[in-house]
Amino acid sequence: MIAILKYNAGNIFSVNHAVLALGYKTVVTDNPDVLLKAEKVILPGVGEASSAMKYLSEHSLDVVIRSLTQPVLGICLGMQLLCSSSEEGNTFCLGKFDHKVKKFPPKDLVPHTGWNSVHNLKGELFRNINPGADFYFVHGYYAESGAQTIAETEYILPFTSAMQHDNFFGTQFHPEKSGKIGLFLLKNFLSL
Amino acid sequence: MLKKRIIPCLDIRDGRTVKGIHFENIQDAGDPVELAERYMSEGADELIFLDITATVEKRKTLIQLVSQIASVVQIPFTVGGGIQQTDDVRSLIDAGADKISINSAAFLKPKLISDIAAIFGSQCVVVAIDTFFNGEDWYVCLNGGRTPTEVKAEEWAKMASSSGAGEILLTSMNKDGTKSGFALDITSKIVDAVSVPVIASGGAGNPEHFFEVFTKTKATGALAASVFHFGELTIPLLKQYLSDQKISIRL
Repeated sequence: MIAILKYNAGNIFSVNHAVLALGYKTVVTDNPDVLLKAEKVILPGVGEASSAMKYLSEHSLDVVIRSLTQPVLGICLGMQLLCSSSEEGNTFCLGKFDHKVKKFPPKDLVPHTGWNSVHNLKGELFRNINPGADFYFVHGYYAESGAQTIAETEYILPFTSAMQHDNFFGTQFHPEKSGKIGLFLLKNFLSL
Repeated sequence: MLKKRIIPCLDIRDGRTVKGIHFENIQDAGDPVELAERYMSEGADELIFLDITATVEKRKTLIQLVSQIASVVQIPFTVGGGIQQTDDVRSLIDAGADKISINSAAFLKPKLISDIAAIFGSQCVVVAIDTFFNGEDWYVCLNGGRTPTEVKAEEWAKMASSSGAGEILLTSMNKDGTKSGFALDITSKIVDAVSVPVIASGGAGNPEHFFEVFTKTKATGALAASVFHFGELTIPLLKQYLSDQKISIRL
Protein backbone atom coordinates (compact mmCIF):
# COMPACT_ATOMS: atom_id res chain seq x y z
CA MET A 1 0.00 0.00 0.00
CA ILE A 2 1.30 3.44 -0.98
CA ALA A 3 0.30 6.15 1.48
CA ILE A 4 -0.21 9.68 0.21
CA LEU A 5 -0.14 12.19 3.02
CA LYS A 6 -3.34 14.17 3.35
CA TYR A 7 -2.65 17.68 4.61
CA ASN A 8 -3.52 21.27 3.74
CA ALA A 9 -1.59 21.30 0.46
CA GLY A 10 -3.14 20.81 -2.93
CA ASN A 11 -2.43 18.44 -5.79
CA ILE A 12 -3.19 15.24 -3.91
CA PHE A 13 -5.66 14.13 -6.57
CA SER A 14 -3.06 14.13 -9.36
CA VAL A 15 -0.45 12.26 -7.33
CA ASN A 16 -3.00 9.66 -6.34
CA HIS A 17 -4.10 9.15 -9.95
CA ALA A 18 -0.56 8.86 -11.24
CA VAL A 19 0.27 6.15 -8.66
CA LEU A 20 -3.00 4.33 -9.43
CA ALA A 21 -2.20 4.53 -13.16
CA LEU A 22 1.02 2.61 -12.42
CA GLY A 23 -1.03 -0.21 -10.92
CA TYR A 24 -0.36 0.37 -7.21
CA LYS A 25 -2.90 0.53 -4.40
CA THR A 26 -3.05 3.85 -2.60
CA VAL A 27 -4.48 5.36 0.53
CA VAL A 28 -4.77 9.10 1.06
CA THR A 29 -4.41 9.49 4.81
CA ASP A 30 -3.22 11.49 7.81
CA ASN A 31 -3.52 8.51 10.15
CA PRO A 32 -0.10 7.91 11.82
CA ASP A 33 -0.56 4.12 12.03
CA VAL A 34 -1.39 3.84 8.33
CA LEU A 35 1.56 6.08 7.41
CA LEU A 36 3.99 4.09 9.57
CA LYS A 37 2.87 0.76 8.08
CA ALA A 38 2.75 1.83 4.41
CA GLU A 39 5.35 0.40 1.97
CA LYS A 40 6.09 3.89 0.67
CA VAL A 41 4.94 7.36 1.65
CA ILE A 42 4.49 10.34 -0.67
CA LEU A 43 4.29 13.96 0.55
CA PRO A 44 2.62 15.82 -2.31
CA GLY A 45 2.51 19.55 -2.27
CA VAL A 46 1.36 22.77 -3.76
CA GLY A 47 1.00 25.46 -1.15
CA GLU A 48 2.83 27.69 1.27
CA ALA A 49 5.61 26.41 3.58
CA SER A 50 4.77 28.04 6.92
CA SER A 51 1.06 27.16 6.86
CA ALA A 52 1.89 23.61 5.74
CA MET A 53 4.44 23.15 8.59
CA LYS A 54 1.99 24.66 11.07
CA TYR A 55 -0.64 22.14 9.97
CA LEU A 56 1.82 19.23 10.21
CA SER A 57 2.94 20.13 13.74
CA GLU A 58 -0.58 20.83 14.97
CA HIS A 59 -1.54 17.32 13.83
CA SER A 60 1.72 15.79 15.18
CA LEU A 61 2.47 14.65 11.64
CA ASP A 62 5.95 16.26 11.77
CA VAL A 63 7.04 13.65 14.34
CA VAL A 64 5.49 10.84 12.31
CA ILE A 65 7.18 11.91 9.06
CA ARG A 66 10.62 12.23 10.73
CA SER A 67 10.31 8.72 12.11
CA LEU A 68 9.44 7.00 8.81
CA THR A 69 11.90 4.26 7.80
CA GLN A 70 10.39 3.17 4.47
CA PRO A 71 11.13 5.10 1.23
CA VAL A 72 9.54 8.57 1.37
CA LEU A 73 9.15 10.93 -1.60
CA GLY A 74 8.48 14.62 -1.12
CA ILE A 75 7.21 16.43 -4.20
CA CYS A 76 7.66 20.19 -4.73
CA LEU A 77 6.56 21.79 -1.44
CA GLY A 78 6.76 18.27 0.04
CA MET A 79 10.48 18.21 -0.81
CA GLN A 80 11.01 21.70 0.58
CA LEU A 81 9.31 20.71 3.84
CA LEU A 82 11.88 17.90 4.22
CA CYS A 83 14.70 20.49 4.08
CA SER A 84 16.12 22.27 7.12
CA SER A 85 14.42 25.64 6.64
CA SER A 86 12.60 27.78 4.10
CA GLU A 87 12.66 31.50 3.49
CA GLU A 88 8.96 31.19 2.65
CA GLY A 89 7.37 32.47 5.85
CA ASN A 90 10.78 31.99 7.63
CA THR A 91 9.91 28.39 8.40
CA PHE A 92 11.81 25.69 10.27
CA CYS A 93 11.16 22.53 8.31
CA LEU A 94 11.50 18.80 8.97
CA GLY A 95 15.30 18.74 8.64
CA LYS A 96 15.67 15.43 6.81
CA PHE A 97 17.79 17.18 4.17
CA ASP A 98 20.55 19.67 5.04
CA HIS A 99 19.48 22.03 2.28
CA LYS A 100 18.09 25.49 2.91
CA VAL A 101 15.21 26.71 0.75
CA LYS A 102 15.57 30.24 -0.61
CA LYS A 103 13.54 32.66 -2.70
CA PHE A 104 14.55 33.02 -6.35
CA PRO A 105 16.15 36.40 -7.05
CA PRO A 106 13.72 38.26 -9.37
CA LYS A 107 16.06 38.22 -12.37
CA ASP A 108 13.54 36.39 -14.57
CA LEU A 109 9.89 35.42 -14.30
CA VAL A 110 9.11 33.93 -10.89
CA PRO A 111 7.63 31.39 -10.19
CA HIS A 112 9.77 29.18 -12.40
CA THR A 113 6.97 27.56 -14.37
CA GLY A 114 7.17 25.00 -17.14
CA TRP A 115 9.26 22.16 -18.51
CA ASN A 116 12.96 22.24 -17.73
CA SER A 117 15.77 19.73 -17.95
CA VAL A 118 17.56 17.84 -15.17
CA HIS A 119 21.33 17.20 -15.10
CA ASN A 120 24.03 15.54 -12.95
CA LEU A 121 21.65 12.68 -12.19
CA LYS A 122 22.55 10.24 -9.43
CA GLY A 123 21.01 7.18 -7.80
CA GLU A 124 18.12 4.83 -8.27
CA LEU A 125 15.42 7.50 -8.62
CA PHE A 126 16.88 8.38 -12.04
CA ARG A 127 17.56 4.81 -13.15
CA ASN A 128 17.31 4.67 -16.99
CA ILE A 129 16.53 8.40 -17.20
CA ASN A 130 18.88 10.38 -19.41
CA PRO A 131 20.48 13.67 -18.38
CA GLY A 132 18.61 16.48 -20.11
CA ALA A 133 15.19 14.88 -19.63
CA ASP A 134 12.44 17.48 -19.11
CA PHE A 135 10.16 17.60 -16.08
CA TYR A 136 7.41 20.03 -15.10
CA PHE A 137 8.22 22.69 -12.49
CA VAL A 138 6.19 25.36 -10.74
CA HIS A 139 7.89 27.03 -7.74
CA GLY A 140 9.05 30.39 -6.48
CA TYR A 141 11.55 29.02 -3.92
CA TYR A 142 14.47 26.67 -4.56
CA ALA A 143 16.85 24.45 -2.61
CA GLU A 144 20.57 25.17 -2.89
CA SER A 145 22.86 22.44 -4.16
CA GLY A 146 24.65 20.30 -1.58
CA ALA A 147 25.95 16.84 -0.74
CA GLN A 148 22.43 15.35 -0.93
CA THR A 149 21.71 16.73 -4.40
CA ILE A 150 20.91 13.98 -6.94
CA ALA A 151 19.76 16.22 -9.81
CA GLU A 152 20.31 19.84 -10.79
CA THR A 153 18.41 22.27 -13.00
CA GLU A 154 19.27 25.73 -14.22
CA TYR A 155 16.84 28.66 -13.93
CA ILE A 156 18.17 32.06 -12.89
CA LEU A 157 20.81 29.97 -11.08
CA PRO A 158 21.66 26.26 -10.75
CA PHE A 159 19.48 24.68 -8.06
CA THR A 160 18.67 21.24 -6.66
CA SER A 161 15.87 19.60 -8.61
CA ALA A 162 16.09 16.32 -6.66
CA MET A 163 17.72 15.16 -3.46
CA GLN A 164 18.19 12.03 -1.39
CA HIS A 165 19.29 11.23 2.13
CA ASP A 166 18.94 7.64 3.36
CA ASN A 167 15.30 6.61 2.73
CA PHE A 168 14.14 10.18 2.03
CA PHE A 169 13.82 11.43 -1.56
CA GLY A 170 12.61 14.74 -2.87
CA THR A 171 11.85 16.22 -6.30
CA GLN A 172 11.31 19.92 -6.91
CA PHE A 173 9.48 19.06 -10.14
CA HIS A 174 6.11 17.33 -10.34
CA PRO A 175 6.59 13.76 -11.64
CA GLU A 176 2.79 13.34 -11.61
CA LYS A 177 2.53 16.22 -14.11
CA SER A 178 5.55 15.31 -16.23
CA GLY A 179 3.90 12.91 -18.66
CA LYS A 180 5.58 9.59 -19.50
CA ILE A 181 9.00 10.40 -18.02
CA GLY A 182 7.33 11.53 -14.79
CA LEU A 183 5.47 8.22 -14.47
CA PHE A 184 8.76 6.44 -15.20
CA LEU A 185 10.46 8.24 -12.30
CA LEU A 186 7.53 7.50 -9.98
CA LYS A 187 7.83 3.85 -10.97
CA ASN A 188 11.53 3.95 -10.08
CA PHE A 189 10.56 5.24 -6.63
CA LEU A 190 7.70 2.80 -6.16
CA SER A 191 9.87 -0.19 -7.09
CA LEU A 192 12.65 0.68 -4.60
CA MET B 1 16.83 25.44 -20.05
CA LEU B 2 13.16 26.35 -19.71
CA LYS B 3 11.17 25.19 -22.71
CA LYS B 4 8.63 27.05 -24.83
CA ARG B 5 5.20 25.48 -24.43
CA ILE B 6 2.87 24.12 -27.11
CA ILE B 7 -0.66 24.18 -25.78
CA PRO B 8 -3.68 22.66 -27.51
CA CYS B 9 -6.92 24.29 -26.46
CA LEU B 10 -10.19 22.41 -26.27
CA ASP B 11 -13.35 24.52 -26.36
CA ILE B 12 -16.05 22.50 -24.64
CA ARG B 13 -19.78 22.72 -25.20
CA ASP B 14 -22.19 20.22 -23.67
CA GLY B 15 -19.32 17.83 -22.97
CA ARG B 16 -17.95 17.84 -26.56
CA THR B 17 -14.97 19.61 -28.08
CA VAL B 18 -16.09 22.29 -30.55
CA LYS B 19 -14.40 24.86 -32.74
CA GLY B 20 -15.67 27.98 -34.49
CA ILE B 21 -14.20 30.78 -36.56
CA HIS B 22 -14.26 34.26 -35.01
CA PHE B 23 -16.12 32.63 -32.10
CA GLU B 24 -18.95 31.63 -34.50
CA ASN B 25 -19.93 28.73 -36.84
CA ILE B 26 -19.32 26.10 -34.17
CA GLN B 27 -18.26 22.60 -35.42
CA ASP B 28 -17.91 19.35 -33.44
CA ALA B 29 -14.28 18.30 -32.89
CA GLY B 30 -14.60 15.17 -30.78
CA ASP B 31 -14.55 13.73 -27.28
CA PRO B 32 -12.45 15.94 -24.98
CA VAL B 33 -11.08 13.09 -22.85
CA GLU B 34 -9.90 11.14 -25.92
CA LEU B 35 -8.42 14.27 -27.47
CA ALA B 36 -6.66 15.18 -24.22
CA GLU B 37 -5.04 11.74 -23.98
CA ARG B 38 -4.00 11.89 -27.61
CA TYR B 39 -2.41 15.34 -27.25
CA MET B 40 -0.60 14.29 -24.10
CA SER B 41 0.88 11.22 -25.81
CA GLU B 42 1.86 13.35 -28.82
CA GLY B 43 3.87 15.69 -26.60
CA ALA B 44 1.58 18.61 -25.72
CA ASP B 45 3.20 20.57 -22.87
CA GLU B 46 -0.07 21.64 -21.29
CA LEU B 47 -3.77 21.62 -22.12
CA ILE B 48 -6.46 24.25 -21.77
CA PHE B 49 -10.17 23.49 -21.58
CA LEU B 50 -12.60 26.37 -21.99
CA ASP B 51 -16.25 25.65 -21.31
CA ILE B 52 -17.92 28.06 -23.70
CA THR B 53 -21.48 27.52 -22.54
CA ALA B 54 -20.85 27.24 -18.84
CA THR B 55 -24.08 27.86 -16.96
CA VAL B 56 -25.03 27.02 -13.42
CA GLU B 57 -26.89 23.85 -14.37
CA LYS B 58 -24.02 22.65 -16.59
CA ARG B 59 -21.37 23.18 -13.91
CA LYS B 60 -21.73 19.67 -12.48
CA THR B 61 -21.13 18.17 -15.92
CA LEU B 62 -17.97 20.23 -16.32
CA ILE B 63 -16.66 19.11 -12.94
CA GLN B 64 -17.27 15.46 -13.84
CA LEU B 65 -15.43 16.03 -17.11
CA VAL B 66 -12.51 17.65 -15.28
CA SER B 67 -12.11 14.68 -12.95
CA GLN B 68 -12.28 12.28 -15.93
CA ILE B 69 -9.54 14.28 -17.63
CA ALA B 70 -7.44 14.45 -14.46
CA SER B 71 -7.51 10.69 -14.04
CA VAL B 72 -5.96 10.05 -17.47
CA VAL B 73 -3.84 13.14 -18.14
CA GLN B 74 -0.43 13.54 -16.46
CA ILE B 75 0.44 17.00 -17.77
CA PRO B 76 -0.73 20.33 -16.36
CA PHE B 77 -4.13 21.53 -17.46
CA THR B 78 -6.16 24.70 -17.09
CA VAL B 79 -9.94 24.91 -16.98
CA GLY B 80 -11.98 28.02 -17.71
CA GLY B 81 -15.50 29.13 -18.44
CA GLY B 82 -18.11 30.66 -16.20
CA ILE B 83 -15.98 31.04 -13.06
CA GLN B 84 -17.58 33.76 -10.93
CA GLN B 85 -16.28 33.14 -7.41
CA THR B 86 -13.64 31.34 -5.38
CA ASP B 87 -16.02 28.44 -4.65
CA ASP B 88 -16.17 27.68 -8.39
CA VAL B 89 -12.37 27.51 -8.36
CA ARG B 90 -12.28 25.19 -5.39
CA SER B 91 -14.53 22.64 -7.04
CA LEU B 92 -12.43 22.64 -10.23
CA ILE B 93 -9.14 22.34 -8.33
CA ASP B 94 -10.59 19.59 -6.14
CA ALA B 95 -11.65 17.77 -9.32
CA GLY B 96 -8.00 17.83 -10.48
CA ALA B 97 -7.47 21.03 -12.51
CA ASP B 98 -4.01 22.57 -12.02
CA LYS B 99 -4.99 26.09 -13.00
CA ILE B 100 -8.18 27.97 -13.72
CA SER B 101 -8.77 30.62 -16.33
CA ILE B 102 -10.96 33.66 -15.78
CA ASN B 103 -12.01 36.19 -18.35
CA SER B 104 -15.08 38.47 -18.19
CA ALA B 105 -15.69 37.95 -14.47
CA ALA B 106 -12.15 39.14 -13.67
CA PHE B 107 -12.56 42.20 -15.90
CA LEU B 108 -15.81 43.15 -14.20
CA LYS B 109 -14.44 42.41 -10.71
CA PRO B 110 -10.62 42.45 -10.64
CA LYS B 111 -10.67 41.59 -6.92
CA LEU B 112 -11.62 38.05 -8.02
CA ILE B 113 -8.02 37.64 -9.25
CA SER B 114 -6.44 38.55 -5.91
CA ASP B 115 -9.06 36.53 -4.00
CA ILE B 116 -8.24 33.39 -5.98
CA ALA B 117 -4.49 34.03 -5.82
CA ALA B 118 -4.63 34.47 -2.04
CA ILE B 119 -6.24 31.06 -1.55
CA PHE B 120 -4.74 28.94 -4.31
CA GLY B 121 -1.59 30.87 -5.29
CA SER B 122 -0.88 33.03 -8.33
CA GLN B 123 0.48 30.02 -10.25
CA CYS B 124 -3.06 28.72 -10.49
CA VAL B 125 -4.67 31.89 -11.92
CA VAL B 126 -4.67 32.41 -15.68
CA VAL B 127 -6.34 35.61 -16.85
CA ALA B 128 -7.66 35.16 -20.38
CA ILE B 129 -7.96 38.32 -22.45
CA ASP B 130 -9.84 38.37 -25.76
CA THR B 131 -8.71 41.35 -27.75
CA PHE B 132 -9.74 42.93 -31.06
CA PHE B 133 -8.03 45.49 -33.27
CA ASN B 134 -10.40 48.32 -34.20
CA GLY B 135 -8.11 49.83 -36.81
CA GLU B 136 -6.20 51.92 -34.28
CA ASP B 137 -5.49 49.86 -31.18
CA TRP B 138 -6.25 46.58 -29.43
CA TYR B 139 -9.23 46.58 -27.04
CA VAL B 140 -10.64 44.08 -24.56
CA CYS B 141 -13.70 42.11 -25.58
CA LEU B 142 -15.92 40.25 -23.11
CA ASN B 143 -18.42 37.36 -23.09
CA GLY B 144 -16.65 35.13 -25.59
CA GLY B 145 -16.07 38.02 -27.94
CA ARG B 146 -19.62 39.32 -28.02
CA THR B 147 -19.17 42.47 -25.92
CA PRO B 148 -16.53 45.01 -26.96
CA THR B 149 -15.18 47.41 -24.34
CA GLU B 150 -13.28 50.69 -24.56
CA VAL B 151 -10.42 49.44 -22.40
CA LYS B 152 -7.09 48.81 -24.10
CA ALA B 153 -5.79 45.24 -23.81
CA GLU B 154 -2.42 46.47 -22.58
CA GLU B 155 -3.96 48.43 -19.69
CA TRP B 156 -6.07 45.49 -18.59
CA ALA B 157 -3.15 43.04 -18.86
CA LYS B 158 -1.03 45.26 -16.58
CA MET B 159 -3.81 45.51 -14.05
CA ALA B 160 -4.52 41.75 -14.15
CA SER B 161 -0.84 41.00 -13.66
CA SER B 162 -0.48 43.38 -10.72
CA SER B 163 -3.67 41.94 -9.15
CA GLY B 164 -2.06 38.50 -8.91
CA ALA B 165 -2.57 36.74 -12.24
CA GLY B 166 0.10 34.08 -12.70
CA GLU B 167 -0.23 34.01 -16.46
CA ILE B 168 -1.96 35.89 -19.29
CA LEU B 169 -3.68 34.01 -22.11
CA LEU B 170 -3.97 36.52 -24.93
CA THR B 171 -6.35 35.74 -27.81
CA SER B 172 -6.51 37.95 -30.84
CA MET B 173 -10.07 37.76 -32.11
CA ASN B 174 -9.10 39.24 -35.47
CA LYS B 175 -6.77 36.26 -35.94
CA ASP B 176 -8.79 33.52 -34.25
CA GLY B 177 -9.58 30.74 -36.72
CA THR B 178 -7.94 32.52 -39.67
CA LYS B 179 -4.71 30.43 -39.73
CA SER B 180 -2.81 33.55 -40.81
CA GLY B 181 -0.36 33.67 -37.91
CA PHE B 182 -0.37 35.05 -34.37
CA ALA B 183 -0.92 38.78 -33.72
CA LEU B 184 2.75 39.54 -33.08
CA ASP B 185 2.38 43.27 -32.36
CA ILE B 186 -0.09 43.03 -29.49
CA THR B 187 1.52 39.86 -28.13
CA SER B 188 4.87 41.61 -27.96
CA LYS B 189 3.33 44.70 -26.36
CA ILE B 190 1.62 42.65 -23.65
CA VAL B 191 4.70 40.53 -22.91
CA ASP B 192 6.71 43.70 -22.37
CA ALA B 193 3.99 45.28 -20.23
CA VAL B 194 3.60 42.46 -17.67
CA SER B 195 5.87 40.45 -15.38
CA VAL B 196 4.15 37.08 -15.87
CA PRO B 197 4.28 34.51 -18.69
CA VAL B 198 2.11 35.22 -21.73
CA ILE B 199 0.51 32.56 -23.93
CA ALA B 200 -0.20 33.71 -27.48
CA SER B 201 -3.45 32.51 -29.01
CA GLY B 202 -5.39 32.98 -32.22
CA GLY B 203 -4.18 32.55 -35.78
CA ALA B 204 -1.92 29.47 -35.68
CA GLY B 205 -1.94 27.83 -39.11
CA ASN B 206 1.51 26.34 -39.70
CA PRO B 207 4.83 25.65 -37.91
CA GLU B 208 6.35 28.93 -39.14
CA HIS B 209 3.71 30.84 -37.19
CA PHE B 210 4.91 29.22 -33.97
CA PHE B 211 8.54 29.96 -34.90
CA GLU B 212 7.57 33.60 -35.49
CA VAL B 213 5.76 34.04 -32.20
CA PHE B 214 8.66 32.48 -30.25
CA THR B 215 11.36 34.52 -32.00
CA LYS B 216 9.61 37.86 -32.56
CA THR B 217 7.93 38.02 -29.13
CA LYS B 218 8.88 36.76 -25.69
CA ALA B 219 5.69 34.67 -25.36
CA THR B 220 6.52 31.49 -23.42
CA GLY B 221 3.63 29.48 -24.79
CA ALA B 222 1.59 29.27 -27.96
CA LEU B 223 -1.91 27.94 -28.15
CA ALA B 224 -3.82 26.42 -31.04
CA ALA B 225 -7.02 24.48 -31.46
CA SER B 226 -8.43 23.77 -34.91
CA VAL B 227 -5.13 22.95 -36.62
CA PHE B 228 -4.60 20.21 -34.04
CA HIS B 229 -8.21 18.99 -33.82
CA PHE B 230 -8.56 18.51 -37.55
CA GLY B 231 -5.08 17.04 -38.00
CA GLU B 232 -3.68 19.80 -40.25
CA LEU B 233 -0.74 20.09 -37.91
CA THR B 234 0.57 17.37 -35.61
CA ILE B 235 2.36 18.16 -32.37
CA PRO B 236 5.38 15.84 -32.97
CA LEU B 237 6.09 17.39 -36.40
CA LEU B 238 5.58 20.91 -35.06
CA LYS B 239 7.91 20.34 -32.12
CA GLN B 240 10.56 18.68 -34.27
CA TYR B 241 10.43 21.66 -36.65
CA LEU B 242 10.82 24.16 -33.80
CA SER B 243 13.65 22.16 -32.26
CA ASP B 244 15.43 22.04 -35.67
CA GLN B 245 15.06 25.83 -35.76
CA LYS B 246 16.88 25.99 -32.37
CA ILE B 247 13.82 26.90 -30.34
CA SER B 248 14.06 25.50 -26.82
CA ILE B 249 11.39 22.81 -26.92
CA ARG B 250 10.63 19.53 -25.11
CA LEU B 251 10.81 16.54 -27.46
